[in-house]
Amino acid sequence: MSNNADIRVVVAMSGGVDSSVAAALLVEQGYDVVGMMMRLWSEETVAGGAHNRCCTPDQMADARRIAARLGIPFYVLDTKEVFRNTIVEFFIDQHRQGVTPNPCLECNRHIRFQFLQQNALALDAQYLATGHYARVARGEDGRYLLKKGIDDHKDQSYVLSVLGQEQLAHALFPVGEYSKPDVRQLAERFGLPTASKKDSQDLCFIGDNNYRRFLTDYAPDVMIPGPIIRQNGEFLGEHNGLVNYTIGQRKGLGVTSQEPLYVVGINPHRNAVIVGTLDELGNSSLTAKRVNWVSGETPLEPFQAQVKIRYKAQPVDAWVEPLPDARMAVRFDEPLRDITPGQGAIVYDGDTVLGGGIIERPAQEA
Amino acid sequence: MPSRRVVYLDHSATTPTDPRVVEAMLPYFTEIYGNPASSHSLGRKAEFAVETARETIAHILNCAPSEIIFTSGGSESDNLAIRGAAWAARTQGKGGRIITAPVEHDAVGKTVAQMVAVMGFEQTILPVDNQGMLNPDDFAQACRADSVIASLMYANNEVGTIEPIPQLAAIAQDHNVLLHTDAVQAAGQLPLDVQALGVDMLSMSAHKFYGPKGVGALYVRQGIELAPTQSGGSQEDERRAGTQNVPLIVGMARALELAYEEFDAWTAHYQLMRDQLIDGVLSHVPGAHLTGHPTQRLPSHASFLFEDVDSGALIMHLDMRGVSASGSSACKTGNPEPSEVLLAMAYTPKEASGSLRLTVGRQTTAEDIDYTVETLVETVEKLRKLSREIIW
Repeated sequence: MSNNADIRVVVAMSGGVDSSVAAALLVEQGYDVVGMMMRLWSEETVAGGAHNRCCTPDQMADARRIAARLGIPFYVLDTKEVFRNTIVEFFIDQHRQGVTPNPCLECNRHIRFQFLQQNALALDAQYLATGHYARVARGEDGRYLLKKGIDDHKDQSYVLSVLGQEQLAHALFPVGEYSKPDVRQLAERFGLPTASKKDSQDLCFIGDNNYRRFLTDYAPDVMIPGPIIRQNGEFLGEHNGLVNYTIGQRKGLGVTSQEPLYVVGINPHRNAVIVGTLDELGNSSLTAKRVNWVSGETPLEPFQAQVKIRYKAQPVDAWVEPLPDARMAVRFDEPLRDITPGQGAIVYDGDTVLGGGIIERPAQEA
Repeated sequence: MPSRRVVYLDHSATTPTDPRVVEAMLPYFTEIYGNPASSHSLGRKAEFAVETARETIAHILNCAPSEIIFTSGGSESDNLAIRGAAWAARTQGKGGRIITAPVEHDAVGKTVAQMVAVMGFEQTILPVDNQGMLNPDDFAQACRADSVIASLMYANNEVGTIEPIPQLAAIAQDHNVLLHTDAVQAAGQLPLDVQALGVDMLSMSAHKFYGPKGVGALYVRQGIELAPTQSGGSQEDERRAGTQNVPLIVGMARALELAYEEFDAWTAHYQLMRDQLIDGVLSHVPGAHLTGHPTQRLPSHASFLFEDVDSGALIMHLDMRGVSASGSSACKTGNPEPSEVLLAMAYTPKEASGSLRLTVGRQTTAEDIDYTVETLVETVEKLRKLSREIIW
């Protein structure tokens, strides 16, 4: 065993409680710890006075102060342009195509575990640590396994499902072994000033967390009115832009009907919102693209697993069939109401993430 | 393990306080702690120390002691000079135009910007060439009837270029425009004779010349009206209220005295180290360019652009290997926007994003320079390889 003091770990710090505790734990374990913060692109200010919430001078100052308290070096890495060009543009483009992307998946794929991890390794670090609630383990064959965090409510393995063996070999998630209340207690024990801070939200680059307002400002072309139709083509009314609708939405449709109607599909080619009854809403299968298998090997046979179709959804039993070209088909035992193109479909075997992909648009809508 | 070797090459950000300066200051914290405005013995002793310091500084600047105002540092001196003189000129019914350069420190640039935005003053910004140099002809043209004050720096903090102050001062005098110069970087490295320079006002800050932080001075030529920007007590001839910081003022005077007593030796040392550094970097690091003027530059100052390297990442890697450096100036830490000084010198934002400032000092050795050049060669290569390898 080598001495931890000889192992350099770069910890991604946000100024928040999770990454601060991650840094403190690593320092306590005797690693040669270096704090790093990415300065990401974010709206400057939005109308009404809400300021950007990500990487503000305040958060930078918090992280810098925590690093100083822990006695570790701290650096800010300019990631603005890269983030804007990859994540923000992707977010806008996906909405333009009528799908609802999960930018955190893309950020972990391109920014944290590519740009930042490569920068960390170039700084002679062996690991990049983050404040995610997830765990890395070794399987019997020596392969790296990505597991859920101990705290089921906080588990963030969903957004890390894009990682492969190369990334996991150089990743540490120190708070994944703890529950959120434990982490808050640790923060207090370490005397970290973030002990009582609120959790951060996703969509960090949007000033007021209102992505519809954001898209109105940055991609007004996604706000073109169009028809609201039934699956048989029956015209029911007009919508005010596709981004104002998500699968499963019932309120605010502005159409009258004898039975309750839900958004069951979005058709960007016809700029149409498709509505239907509760029965039409459910779907018991999906296909996904850009599938990543954490083990690095595509399973040869279909298999039984649990699949999570949104960050906050519960995993449900399903048959998973790997397909060529990094795709997969998923068949659920029970129909699910809110299968949303653009979100991740993440495959679990109990606590272990096997892989995941991006939900495609159902064939009949394309 | 963290690197044990520390090579400090950020003397334009600040310098260590000379131990002889610390020694001079110490009695004024605990023994001679009186308020210089008090009439009792401890007060008189403190006042004597402050006035002696004023004489020392005035002697080096070749001016009268009454022409020196003590301040909290360079930024305050710049603010007092520009705001004070412009305000006084306005109350006398003179014009409201202020002339500056795009390469000025923010203490000048943002001050004038606020005066324009909020207080109704007007501004002319002179162009600079691609070495950051002002052209006296441009200045002559800019001196209009409504121009009351120009603030043009003596030597630039980011690229080290020394501006032609005596020529600019002659033009200012011809046009009846006051000339203030920010000499924060120049003090301790360039002659400070205000008669030879011909300036009306000059700012300096002690911590740039091995004095303590938090103290500075402003030279204001006799007869210039200056409205106070900090009002209150009648200290500093009613131009800067507040009890004088006696130990720091004593320290600043001692530091300036030492810097000019030992001027030739130190500036020769700086220049030797700087030239070794510039030669080493330009001959060993591919895609490296010197910014600022090649010869009309501060003796301690080297500044570069590296092609296809991000300044922030470069500074991080250098720091991890013990080399303390700046991107462009220490005041801009955490701000990844390209330097406005470099943009004003017609570099593109992409070019400007690879800036590095290395400024040598009294303790810098030839081995430090060798180590720095070696580290830079390796780091620049590593970072370029990294950006090639990160595929999206």
